[in-house]
Amino acid sequence: MSKPAVSPLKDRSTRSAHEVIASPEFKALVSKRWKVSLVLLTLLFVSYYGFILLVATNKTLVNTKIGEVTTLAIPLGLAAIVIAFVLTAFYVAWANKSYDPEVERIRSQLR
Amino acid sequence: MTSIGAIQALLLTQAAPAAAGESMQTSLGSPSMMSILFFFMIVAVTLVITYWAARKTKTSSEFYAAGRSVSALQNGFALAGDYMSAASFLGISGMVALKGYDGMIYATGWLVGWPALMFLVAEPLRNLGKFTFADVVAFRLKQKPVRIAAAIGGILTVLFYTIAQMVGSGALIQLMFGLKYEYAELIVGVVMLAYVLFGGMLATTWVQIIKAGLLLFGVSLLTVLVLAKFNFNPGNLYAAVVEKYGQTALEPGGIVASPIEAVSLGLALMFGLLGLPHILMRFYTVPDAKAARKSVLYATGLIGYFYVIIPIVGFGAAVLTPGGRKFISGIDGGGNMAAPLVAELLGGTAFLGFIAAVAFATILAVVAGLTLAGASAYSHDIYVNVIKGGKATEEEQVKAAKIATIVFGVVAVGLGILFKGQNVAFMVGLAFAIAASANFPALLMSIVWKRFTTWGAVWSILVGAISSCAMIVLSKTVWVDVFKFEHAIFPMKNPAIFSMTAAFAVGIIASLLTPEREAQEMFEDEKLRTYLGVGAE
Repeated sequence: MSKPAVSPLKDRSTRSAHEVIASPEFKALVSKRWKVSLVLLTLLFVSYYGFILLVATNKTLVNTKIGEVTTLAIPLGLAAIVIAFVLTAFYVAWANKSYDPEVERIRSQLR
Repeated sequence: MTSIGAIQALLLTQAAPAAAGESMQTSLGSPSMMSILFFFMIVAVTLVITYWAARKTKTSSEFYAAGRSVSALQNGFALAGDYMSAASFLGISGMVALKGYDGMIYATGWLVGWPALMFLVAEPLRNLGKFTFADVVAFRLKQKPVRIAAAIGGILTVLFYTIAQMVGSGALIQLMFGLKYEYAELIVGVVMLAYVLFGGMLATTWVQIIKAGLLLFGVSLLTVLVLAKFNFNPGNLYAAVVEKYGQTALEPGGIVASPIEAVSLGLALMFGLLGLPHILMRFYTVPDAKAARKSVLYATGLIGYFYVIIPIVGFGAAVLTPGGRKFISGIDGGGNMAAPLVAELLGGTAFLGFIAAVAFATILAVVAGLTLAGASAYSHDIYVNVIKGGKATEEEQVKAAKIATIVFGVVAVGLGILFKGQNVAFMVGLAFAIAASANFPALLMSIVWKRFTTWGAVWSILVGAISSCAMIVLSKTVWVDVFKFEHAIFPMKNPAIFSMTAAFAVGIIASLLTPEREAQEMFEDEKLRTYLGVGAE
C-alpha cells in the first residue's frame, strides 16, 4: 500500500460524536465487550465458588487420595488460581486482537 | 478474615519463650547485624530513588499519578507490591504451617479479585478518571454530594486498612528486630512520609516495584530451599506433613464449615479488591487503557505465582522446624514467624536478616500506597472539588496534597500507637467489606447503568458503608472477641453477601425514584470515553 498519507483521511467519512454513539458498529463493540467480560466472569464464578462449595460440602470427594497422601483438594486449589490467571490472559489476548483494532477504526472516524 | 486473627494472636503473645521439649535456637527478636544491614540497604536505595523522583514531581498529575508515565510491566509489579502485604506473606504461610490445607483455601481468595477487576472496571476506570475512583462515580452526577460520599467510603476503607497494617507492622518488627513497638511505628511513619511527600506516586511506585521483586525473590528462594530437602518432589513434602500431623493436614477443615460464610468471605475478597482506593489509584499511573489492561495481567501472574508457592513454605516450616507447629505457635500464636523461622533454619542468620528486612520493606510499600490514596481522597475529592468547586490552581492542588499526606501520615502513626495491643484483626475484614459494599457497587453502576443518579450513588455508598460496619460490629469478631459480650447479634463473620446486595438494591431503588435527566444525557459522552478513550486524561 503506497498511497499518500493524506488520502485515507480524505476518503474516510467522518462522523460526529452523536453519530458514532448511534452507529451499529459502536453498539456492537460495547455489547461484545460486555459479552466477553460476562462470559469470563461467569467462568471465574463457576471455578472459584464451585471450588469453595465443593470443599465445603463434599469432603469425601475432595479428600480422595490421588497420590500416596496427596488429596484431590490440593490440585483443585491450585487449579482455582491457575484458572483465574488463564481467564485474565484470555481477556487480554481477546482485547489486543479484536477490541483494540475496532476501537482504533471507530475512533479514526470521529470528527 | 480468619488468618488476620494471626495479627491479633501475635499481639497477645509477645515473643514468648520457646515451648518446652524439642526446639531450635533462633535469633528472632534480637537485632542481628545482617537484618539491620539489609534494612538500611533497602531504605538507602529507596531514598536515592525518592531523591530522583522528587525532581520529576512538581504538578498534581505527577504527584498523584507519576505523570502517567509508568509502563504496564512496572505497574504490574507495583500493583503486586501494593497488594501483597506482610499479612499475606507471613500470615498465609503461618496459617498453612499451623492449620494445613485451610491456609491454601484462604490463599485462593486473595487472587480471584484480579480477573474480576479486569473484566469489570480496570479499563473504564483508566479512561474515565483522573486521580481517584470518585472521579468515575461523579463523572456525570452532581459533584459535591457524590464526591463527599465517595470520599467517606474511600477514607474509611483506607483508614481501617492502615490501622491493621500499622498495628500488625509494629508487632512484627518488634518480633523480628526486637525493636520497641513505638519506635517501629515512628520509623515506618517517617520513612514512608519521606517517600510520599517528596517523591509522590513515582517514588511510591518504585518502592512497590522493589518490594515486589525482593519479596518474590525471597519467597522463591525459600521455596527452592524447602523443596531441596524433599528431592524437589512436593509429594515427599506432603508425605512428611502427613507423617507428622496426620492426613487431616491435607484436608479442608474449619474455614469452610459453613458454605454461606465461605461464599460471603469470597465475595468480600473478590469485590473488595475492586473498591480498594490504593489499588484503583494505580491505574491512573499508566498512559492508557491498554497499558492498564496489561498491568492487571502482569499483577495477576505475579500474585498468582506467590500464592501457589507460599503454601510450600508453610508446609516446609511445619515439617522442618524442630518442635514443629508447637514451637512455631509458641513464638507467635498466629504462626506469623513460620516463614522467618524456616528461613533461618535453611539459610542461616543472613537469610533471616534478608527476609526480615523484606517484610519491613513490604510494610513500608503498602503504607505508602495507602497514604497516597487517603491523601488524594481528601485533597482531590474534598478540597479541590467540593471546597474549591473544582477551581484550584496547580500550586494549590499540590500544596493541599502534601498537607493531606502529612496529616494522614501523622494520623496513621498516632492510631498505630493508640491501638497498640488492641485486637485489630477485624479491621482488614472491615476494610474489604466496606470496599466491596460501599465503593464497588457505586463504581460499577456509574460505569454501566444509564439511569444511575446522584442520590442513587450517595445512598448506595452510605448504606454499603454503614451496613457492613454495623454487621461486623454486631458479629462475633467484634461483639464477642473485642467487646466481650456473650453472644453475637449478627450470626456471620463476613457480611458482604448482605451488605453488598443491599448497596446495589438501594442504589437501584434510589436512582429509579430520583430520575436525573442531565446524568442520562451525559451517559453518551461517558460511553465514548469509557470504550474509545476519547478525552481520557
